[in-house]
Amino acid sequence: MLSYSIKRVLMLIPVLLGMTLIVFAIIHAIPGNPALTILGTKATPEAIQNLNRSLGLDQPWYIQYFTYLKHILSGDLGTSIQTNTPIANQIWPHLAATIELSFVAMIIAVVVGINAGIISAWKKNSVLDYTAMIVALIGVSMPIFWLGLLEQWAFSVKLNWLPSIGRMDIISNVQPITNLYLIDTLLEGQLDQFWMVLRHLILPSIALATIPTAIIARMTRSSMLEVLKSDYIRTAKAKGQRMFWIVYKYALKNAFIPILTVIGLQTGLLLGGAILTETIFGWPGIGLYIYNAIQYRDYPVIQSGILVIAFIFVMVNFIVDLLYGLIDPRIKYR
Amino acid sequence: MSQTAQSQNLPAAVKERSPFISALVDFWKAFRKNKPAIIGAVIVFFFILLAVFANIIAPQGINNQNINIRLEPPSAQHWLGTDSFGRDIFSRIVFGARLSLRVGFFAVIGSIIFGTFLGVIAGYFGKVIDTVISRFFDILLAFPSILLSIAIVSILGPSLNNALVAIAIVNIPVFGRLVRSRVLTVKEEEYIMAARSIGMGNTRIIFNHILPNSFAPIIVQGTLNIATAILDAAGLGFLGMGAQPPQPEWGTMLSDSRQYITDAPWTVLFPGLAIILVVIGFNLMGDGLRDALDPRMKN
Amino acid sequence: MSEPLLKVENLKKYYPIKNGVLGRVSETVRAVDGVSFSVNEGETLGIVGESGCGKSTTGRMIMRLIEPTEGKVSFEGKNILSLSKSDLRRVRKDIQMIFQDPFASLNPRQTVGKIIEEPMIVHGMGNHKERKQRVEELLELVGLSAYHAKRYPHQFSGGQRQRIGIARALAVRPKLIIADEPVSALDVSVQSQVLNLLQDLQKKFHLTYIFIAHDLSVVRHISNRVGVMYLGKMVEISDSEILYDHPKHPYTKALLSAVPIPDPNSRSERIILSGDVPSPAHPPAGCTFHDRCPVAMDLCAREKPVMKKLEDGRLVSCHLYD
Repeated sequence: MLSYSIKRVLMLIPVLLGMTLIVFAIIHAIPGNPALTILGTKATPEAIQNLNRSLGLDQPWYIQYFTYLKHILSGDLGTSIQTNTPIANQIWPHLAATIELSFVAMIIAVVVGINAGIISAWKKNSVLDYTAMIVALIGVSMPIFWLGLLEQWAFSVKLNWLPSIGRMDIISNVQPITNLYLIDTLLEGQLDQFWMVLRHLILPSIALATIPTAIIARMTRSSMLEVLKSDYIRTAKAKGQRMFWIVYKYALKNAFIPILTVIGLQTGLLLGGAILTETIFGWPGIGLYIYNAIQYRDYPVIQSGILVIAFIFVMVNFIVDLLYGLIDPRIKYR
Repeated sequence: MSQTAQSQNLPAAVKERSPFISALVDFWKAFRKNKPAIIGAVIVFFFILLAVFANIIAPQGINNQNINIRLEPPSAQHWLGTDSFGRDIFSRIVFGARLSLRVGFFAVIGSIIFGTFLGVIAGYFGKVIDTVISRFFDILLAFPSILLSIAIVSILGPSLNNALVAIAIVNIPVFGRLVRSRVLTVKEEEYIMAARSIGMGNTRIIFNHILPNSFAPIIVQGTLNIATAILDAAGLGFLGMGAQPPQPEWGTMLSDSRQYITDAPWTVLFPGLAIILVVIGFNLMGDGLRDALDPRMKN
Repeated sequence: MSEPLLKVENLKKYYPIKNGVLGRVSETVRAVDGVSFSVNEGETLGIVGESGCGKSTTGRMIMRLIEPTEGKVSFEGKNILSLSKSDLRRVRKDIQMIFQDPFASLNPRQTVGKIIEEPMIVHGMGNHKERKQRVEELLELVGLSAYHAKRYPHQFSGGQRQRIGIARALAVRPKLIIADEPVSALDVSVQSQVLNLLQDLQKKFHLTYIFIAHDLSVVRHISNRVGVMYLGKMVEISDSEILYDHPKHPYTKALLSAVPIPDPNSRSERIILSGDVPSPAHPPAGCTFHDRCPVAMDLCAREKPVMKKLEDGRLVSCHLYD
């Protein structure tokens, strides 16, 4: 287990380095002169040259890359062109918003997906099973931004049940402590605010959860079907245990590994889906942050935003891999 | 010495059918039994027809604007209503099928070509080459796919073709890893050893022996990936990073119409339904192909 | 006696086993550990041993399908191990191989005709029409029919597939054929048919065989000479008549006693070997066979025996004959 963990950490390093290299390359491959973008078209040649020097753009690319790497390691994510403030200072509130949204979406996906999958497998070929699987098929085939638009239309505009934009009402002001508002409002002891924040979370998190829910449901169903066929389930049945307990206790335990894999992979989908969901729901997360940066061609923000998301994705998968080793001692590194 | 073969003759039924046809017949028998797969194939075929005969099927052009009939609900004249420019939504969806199928198909072909190339090299030659290519795949997969597509499009500039290129690049590791693992399996087969023993070179072994035996999973994954490619292209279009207005790309149509959803929900509803339907088609077909071609891949 | 067609000297294959994070070599598996023998033109050398003794690895190293760790393989005077890639491919035309598993050694997606034709394409023999003609000849030659060329391997029985494998090996008119347990995957009734076919072909084309098998009975009537391998080493090698009538090495004796004798009156004692074959990663010190040998002496545990030539011309590696 220890040797496995060490190997996994060693494997992480080239991936993280490669990530920074790709992000670095993307920004440098963008046509046009960054100095020109920053200063505008009317800048004098001297001003451009000075800025190029101060940005280090007159150096060879590998020097620039190492400088970039050094900055990242010291926590410097660059400066936003649009607001002229350090990105590192801006990024946490956005990131927190995305984490809160993704976390709630993941909970929905896991709870709904696993239960739907289990019931489908248990009542195989019943109407319930077919319905669940058809819904799951539609779920994986759906553009989530479209679902988001329809949700807004139905639940906000037509029924006026839930808010459709932002993390909180405009008039209210939640005191940011951790920037995870569900926690912040509880820390402040303001239950009405907590309820308000939760209501804002419902529509976007459902939209974001759709695809992962559908995938987890399908995956759970197929691994459960495998497990339900096995001898020890038959033994448990023969011993007269109640089917409900058999399914949830024995089978779920053994179906956990494939499900864990999917959950690890879905994190990427969630983080990627966040950019679409946040755009629609005006959710001030890192997806919207990047989207707005794209509109303004604020390349340092795009660069660092992508890097941060990729970093989180890699770390989640790293943790999932380590969990494998803990849960199933049979799994060996490669 | 030759008396033996005559006595071991094969049954007549096997003898008459050419092997290629018999393989095809076997495949069809398995595929036909799978009702969802047939439904999927029919949906895909339907959209291919729409795309090919868009000129004939669509009652109007994609850009026939008419301010007098803005945002009209579905009627006998305009089956799916009109959009904010008074354009016929049905006609635009029909022409949109061309764009979506083109992106899905060519993006996947691109990923397959480059992914297979890299996967074969990594799997067949192993060692340092394998490590380098596999790490490269790991790094590409470290980015959520839509985000990497956005990054690539921001280099190339927003357009449908650049979205296609971005989606193709992002999916290279999907096929690369698949082919690599397939090559590793096939490489250990004794007929590869046999091929080397007759003095065959690497190129010939790869093209004549390894690739044909890796084909089925590529086809299956390819079909499923067309579905995600279409979804990603629509997402990019919606974010303004894909097809540009007035192109009738479904994602772009959604982004054009989202502000009218309250007054004219059909402008948002139908392009979305078109995406869902074609994606369901490819997903069902892919699952069916998997069951028919390669039962081992079945979950 | 003229120069042998193939001469193998001190051939070795060691596999390192890596362990831990840093990939240190923790131990070495000695799959083949210093094997030497030679094969004369037109003869058949049988190589016999239990599974895992390194006989197949030896066969594959001769063709460099597995790269040897050490040693020398001379074919018609040329050292195969020092050949360039293109020269090696030319030599592979002269040495062909027949594989054990007729189910696995034929590509399931190629027609039989294509399988047999491919070696000729690789070595640039003839045009399309000539090759097709030759495929049909070869099929007839191995006891199949010309029309079988259009079929796929899965439409044939095991024995028929092995005939296809033989036809493929013959396609490029090789001088030496290495047959790696060519009949052990087949039914007993089919085994002798394939063996007879191999013998007929040998007479017809003046072929040289290396015939690898795991039991002595199969090799008996096809081999001129037989070598016995144990744990990566050759323990005894001699003319088959001498070997079968008067085995000298205790391991050969044990193997031979396991062969059923069709004469009910002969009452030879069956020698049962105790224990399992040791792991080639941890071969016993001294003579590798000493821990299972019924007549082991103190010396055997200490000192490795060397190959010695006895008066009858046989080579044996055993302290009994020092």
